[in-house]
Amino acid sequence: MIQLRAISRDYEVGNRPVHALSHLDLSIARGEYFSIMGPSGSGKSTLLNIIGCLDRPTAGSYMLDGREVAHLGENDLTLVRRHKIGFIFQSFHLVPRLTAAGNVELPMVFAGIEKGERSDRADRALEAVGLSQRADHRPEQLSGGERQRVAVARAIVMGPSILLADEPTGNLDSESGGEIVRLIEKMNSDGLTLLVVTHDPAIGSRAGSQIRLADGYTSNK
Amino acid sequence: MFISDLILFSAGAIRKHRLRTVLSILGVAIGVASVILLTSLGEGARQYVIEEFAALGTNILIILPGKIETTGMAPFIGGTPHEITIEDIQVLRRQIPGVRNIAPIVPGMATVRFGEKSRDITVAGTTSEMQGVRKLHINIGRFLPPGELDRGQHVCVIGPKVQAELFAGTNPLGEILRIGDERFRVIGVMAPRGMSLGMDLDDVVFVPVIRAMKMFNREGLFRVLIGTYSYQDISRLRAAVLAFMKQRHDGVEDVTALTQDSVISTFGRILTILTAVLVGIAAISLSVAGIGIMNVMLVSVSERTREIGLLKAVGVSSSQILGAFLVEAAVLSTSGGAVGLAVAFSLTRVMRVLYPSFPIEPPVWAVLSAILVSISVGMIFGALPARRASRLDPVAALAKR
Ligand SMILES: Nc1ncnc2c1ncn2[C@@H]1O[C@H](COP(=O)(O)OP(=O)(O)O)[C@@H](O)[C@H]1O
Ligand SMILES: [Mg+2]
Repeated sequence: MIQLRAISRDYEVGNRPVHALSHLDLSIARGEYFSIMGPSGSGKSTLLNIIGCLDRPTAGSYMLDGREVAHLGENDLTLVRRHKIGFIFQSFHLVPRLTAAGNVELPMVFAGIEKGERSDRADRALEAVGLSQRADHRPEQLSGGERQRVAVARAIVMGPSILLADEPTGNLDSESGGEIVRLIEKMNSDGLTLLVVTHDPAIGSRAGSQIRLADGYTSNK
Repeated sequence: MFISDLILFSAGAIRKHRLRTVLSILGVAIGVASVILLTSLGEGARQYVIEEFAALGTNILIILPGKIETTGMAPFIGGTPHEITIEDIQVLRRQIPGVRNIAPIVPGMATVRFGEKSRDITVAGTTSEMQGVRKLHINIGRFLPPGELDRGQHVCVIGPKVQAELFAGTNPLGEILRIGDERFRVIGVMAPRGMSLGMDLDDVVFVPVIRAMKMFNREGLFRVLIGTYSYQDISRLRAAVLAFMKQRHDGVEDVTALTQDSVISTFGRILTILTAVLVGIAAISLSVAGIGIMNVMLVSVSERTREIGLLKAVGVSSSQILGAFLVEAAVLSTSGGAVGLAVAFSLTRVMRVLYPSFPIEPPVWAVLSAILVSISVGMIFGALPARRASRLDPVAALAKR
């Protein structure tokens, strides 16, 4: 379902080009559990953002579900993100003034889903991550692991086909980190394609397929 | 996306920062309130002046025999004109619409005597309608009775100064005054009024017009005062009266019609300019308020950069983000507008209680435009911050510390 061909992503810093990704090829099948590892600055986040249509490659081809998306306009990319992609970030990115349920509803609010259906779906998503009891709590009233579970609920609530996690355990202790990993692995076993960026080999090695990046290149498989 | 959801989302963001929100709302409120108050004051002043002039006689058209060749206060009367007669008044009254009241005046000096005391006073012949034309107030008794246009009873109405000097302040009703060789019964005393249209209304004796014409041996009327329903109607009426008199005088235009509308319109213009200046000043305070909103919104965008990045990551489009921040700015400025309206209305109400004679009423156009302006202030000054928010790069926004 995901096919990257000769993907490059260059940044211009000062007048010197920085090659965050260089001629990268990658194929990921539907339902696969994939991990991206590598040292800091090796281009893991850049790759994930391109796969998540949050960023565009400087060159190369990206086929998503048989459609070339590498050079789509901003509005089309927005729609791809809305319907196909769920993001989980290292720092959760919850909106502090909203409750857990409010955060989970956020993508649906802007997708124009009706109030009644929104709260039904938010309830179900929060139940799926085991946080039904915390629906009315604001982020500051939740532990780190609980916050990340709210973020997982928000990522799956629009029914995406791909779940992208950028260092999802990076801000968590090992116990709650393990819970998050098991949670998203369960979503994967329910059929969601899962990509996890991590520099923790203990986590990355659990994935069915793995790549290792070094300086924007795939160093092994 | 439903607009109610958008407003809820934006209002939620605003509520987070109470002080900042209150201050920017206050800015708009002050701007809107000052626009409304200053326009009400300007409009009120204009109406006040016009009404004062109206009380002085701006609603009055003055007809006099003879054609004044030059304008101004020193008329040069050319030729020997036709007189204006009582019959002219009677026909004019019937034939020309828009005449509210019409009263002749035939003045002269006469010796007025009561008992031992006597004085030389202006005696003016007129009719009952003079009271309406000049808005005369009666202290005791009544004014000349109606129907005296061609009948001449020996009755008179005196000014307060005449009462003071001849009757030493006692009640003169029913007493007999000797004016020249004739005897007149006093039927009323006017309230103090002072000088008006070149006549001291405190020191005058009004008698039926026929009596004055006989007494002073006059064939025609000295002046005819015509009261109109509104001062806007004066120029039309003036033309109609001139045409009427010309026709009655065999096609010769030999009467003059004076108005005070040039004075009024000059004052009106000055006060309109004054109002415009006041509105301009108030508009400056509104734009300062707008800059306040812009500032608050810029801070808001900068503080919520990560939130904006997250919104983009979950599939919120740039135009939706633009809309959300515009709505936020508009919510701020319209709340300010609403507060400003409320403040302006309560202040004008207080002023109406304190100064009942000063007609201060927020003009409808000022209220409507204040509402529109406060919404657009938010939109205009919110546009730049909202654009900035919508154009953020999602990856960079999410990575912001
Ligand atoms: N906005 C940017 N401007 C310039 N260089 C960038 C930018 N974002 C990332 N880079 C560079 O691209 C490389 C890869 O970054 P990233 O994908 O964030 O690495 P990782 O996630 O593996 O730590 C790094 O060298 C980083 O400095
Ligand atoms: Mg990274």
